[in-house]
Amino acid sequence: MTFIGILQIVLFVVVLVALAKPLGAYMARVYQGEKTFLDVALKPVEKFLYRLFGTRETDEMDWKTYAVAVLLFSAAGVVFLYALQRVQGFLPLNPQAFGAVSPDSSFNTAASFVTNTNWQGYAGETTMSYLTQMLGMTVQNFVSAATGMAILIAFIRGLTRHNSKLLGNFWVDLTRSTLYILLPLAILVSLVNISQGAMQNLTAYQTANLLQPTTDANGAVVTTQTIAVGPAASQVAIKHLGTNGGGFFNANAAHPFESPTPLTDFVLILAESVIAAALCYTFGKMVGDTRQGWAILAAMIILLTTFMFVAYAAEANGNPAFAQFGIDQTASDVNPGGNMEGKEVRFGIARSALFATATTATSTGAVNSMHDSYMPLGGFVPLFMMQLGEVVLGGVGSGLYGMLVFVIIAVFIAGLMVGRTPEYLGKKIEPFEIKMAALLILIMPLTVLGMTAFAVVHPDGLKSIFNPGAHGFSEVLYAFTSQGNNNGSAFGGLGANTFFYNILGGIAMLISRFWLAVPTLALAGSLVKKKKVPESAGTLPTYSPLFIGWLIAVVLIVGALNFLPALALGPVVEQLMMK
Amino acid sequence: MLSQLRPALVALIALTIITGVLYPFAITLIAQIAFPSQANGSLIVQNGNVVGSALIGQSFDAPKYFWSRPSATGPFAYNAGASSGSNLGPTNPALLEAVQARAEALRAADPNNTAPIPVDLVTASGSGLDPHISVAAANYQIARVARARNLEVARVQQLVAQFTQGRTFGILGEPRVNVLQLNLALDALP
Repeated sequence: MTFIGILQIVLFVVVLVALAKPLGAYMARVYQGEKTFLDVALKPVEKFLYRLFGTRETDEMDWKTYAVAVLLFSAAGVVFLYALQRVQGFLPLNPQAFGAVSPDSSFNTAASFVTNTNWQGYAGETTMSYLTQMLGMTVQNFVSAATGMAILIAFIRGLTRHNSKLLGNFWVDLTRSTLYILLPLAILVSLVNISQGAMQNLTAYQTANLLQPTTDANGAVVTTQTIAVGPAASQVAIKHLGTNGGGFFNANAAHPFESPTPLTDFVLILAESVIAAALCYTFGKMVGDTRQGWAILAAMIILLTTFMFVAYAAEANGNPAFAQFGIDQTASDVNPGGNMEGKEVRFGIARSALFATATTATSTGAVNSMHDSYMPLGGFVPLFMMQLGEVVLGGVGSGLYGMLVFVIIAVFIAGLMVGRTPEYLGKKIEPFEIKMAALLILIMPLTVLGMTAFAVVHPDGLKSIFNPGAHGFSEVLYAFTSQGNNNGSAFGGLGANTFFYNILGGIAMLISRFWLAVPTLALAGSLVKKKKVPESAGTLPTYSPLFIGWLIAVVLIVGALNFLPALALGPVVEQLMMK
Repeated sequence: MLSQLRPALVALIALTIITGVLYPFAITLIAQIAFPSQANGSLIVQNGNVVGSALIGQSFDAPKYFWSRPSATGPFAYNAGASSGSNLGPTNPALLEAVQARAEALRAADPNNTAPIPVDLVTASGSGLDPHISVAAANYQIARVARARNLEVARVQQLVAQFTQGRTFGILGEPRVNVLQLNLALDALP
């Protein structure tokens, strides 16, 4: 670890926290229908859209109607995205003449992008036409993120309102998230990145004459280089802002056309974290006590920063097996040092570790370095960040509603320990809430571990494994952890574009998104009916440093209890075997 | 229940038009006007010929050129139509064999050089298209390139310095050397 490396991590955390309040306050205004500086341009569009939808801002929904709206909108998205991939060969904006994507891969990808996962069994630049990337991927990057944000806002209303049934209007929350928050930020991020060299055109792939001819795997001479291009920057911007993560190119944000400089890398990491962090402030603002939001953000930032340094340390140490070949892995002002397999020189070790942790702590899943080639402990960090349930920042919206479920559990356990009726923000936590919260916490590990176990005893599951030994098990565990948490990053060696993994993974993604979203809304529907209990001497303050520590402990204990046995078979045993 | 079906379908269509058509086309238009070179891939054109991109590496193994990092793209290295890393795990014997072979090839091309080899020269990049090597990796190769081209070491050092890029704002990323641009400049020397 170097001073500059540590400084890069600290700088990121400082900027992230500094942006949380202004952006969070803006989002609170947007969701509460207050005036914003973008009203001039966007209010007419917004009003026009509501007329088209046949809805009014004042048409509020109970939790069941809200859930139905979410499910119908998502189902329509899956059908459209599936069909688009199947017929892309007949449609325009396809200069490379890519044919139809296979049915199982189309299903997996449709489920993947609609659930905000963006797991990719396919390689972008050899599979998808520009039209599919724009109408399919880019659109779902926006609306799947906006759906997550809408559900969060409905959940927050469940906490702030009393003796009611209504949680808001999904179409209004969806539209505002897209128009007022995601779209302006995406334009900003796109243009910054394009100025740095990010790709954005609609032409056919370019051909360059190589300076020195090379030979291919069969020994044939290669004198030209085909350079894949396309409308990448516009898609990359929203893939980070919406914590989606699906790359335009196969190498994702390691590809120089997605992220050409360290500055674009900084912007992309910030983009994928900033909305999730700012939503904590929005939450505090909407419940009328910003301390509540800061407390949750503090817990998230402490976990995030700690694991960033674990990953950085593991990767900076390098691969001990290289020493025998006379390789210099010492970091200096001229040498990035460390484990550079699967990493880019312009990013080096610190930025790669920073990215790997942020992309898995948020549910983004983009990569700027190949996680499969990380050291065992380095690869453990992204795996474990996902296994905590994507609540350390997490997906936009989904991360915070996931964390609020942990808050309810934390309040409940604390209440049991002191023998008080647990309450949170004036709402009594009763058996129904705990049942829903327990369901929410148990579905994910059940899906992930069940499917991993099935894959490692099924011949179709085993034959996709690329690396031998414990690392191969980590690949499978990572695949289902990633899909079962709507993250989307991969230990890329696993040959996941098979019928077996496409179908099983597609199901995992649908379960983890919607089987969690519906109980979350049910929980909100139950909370919104309750009356407000006045604060008393027995109320547990949910903003104290003590509570922050307690929340961190609950998240870690639940995550560890669920996954340590599986982790012991993967990264832990691989680390021990290196000695 | 069915009352939500119309908004579901209409919202998908309307938001598809806004975020899937208007947004990417608007960005493309602005990019082509404001940043045409960057948005089209930072292509390097010589005598009307595209010889590469400043952001995409190429493969070199002649002693007179600076070598790029190893690339795991298939079916040949630096295939910019199919970006990919090796995905080899840290304990995979195939990784260790590859690193050993790369180290041996570098030493065979410059037998007098007994310095340890900078790690980025023997490890495959994440994209398989990394246009850069570290400054240490360039320094390691200076003597070999100078000898192969009958140039003074100081002259080559000067060129390396010219194509070295520091950290952004002195903090972000790593100092690095653009291999293709450096090699093009070497070929352009009288």
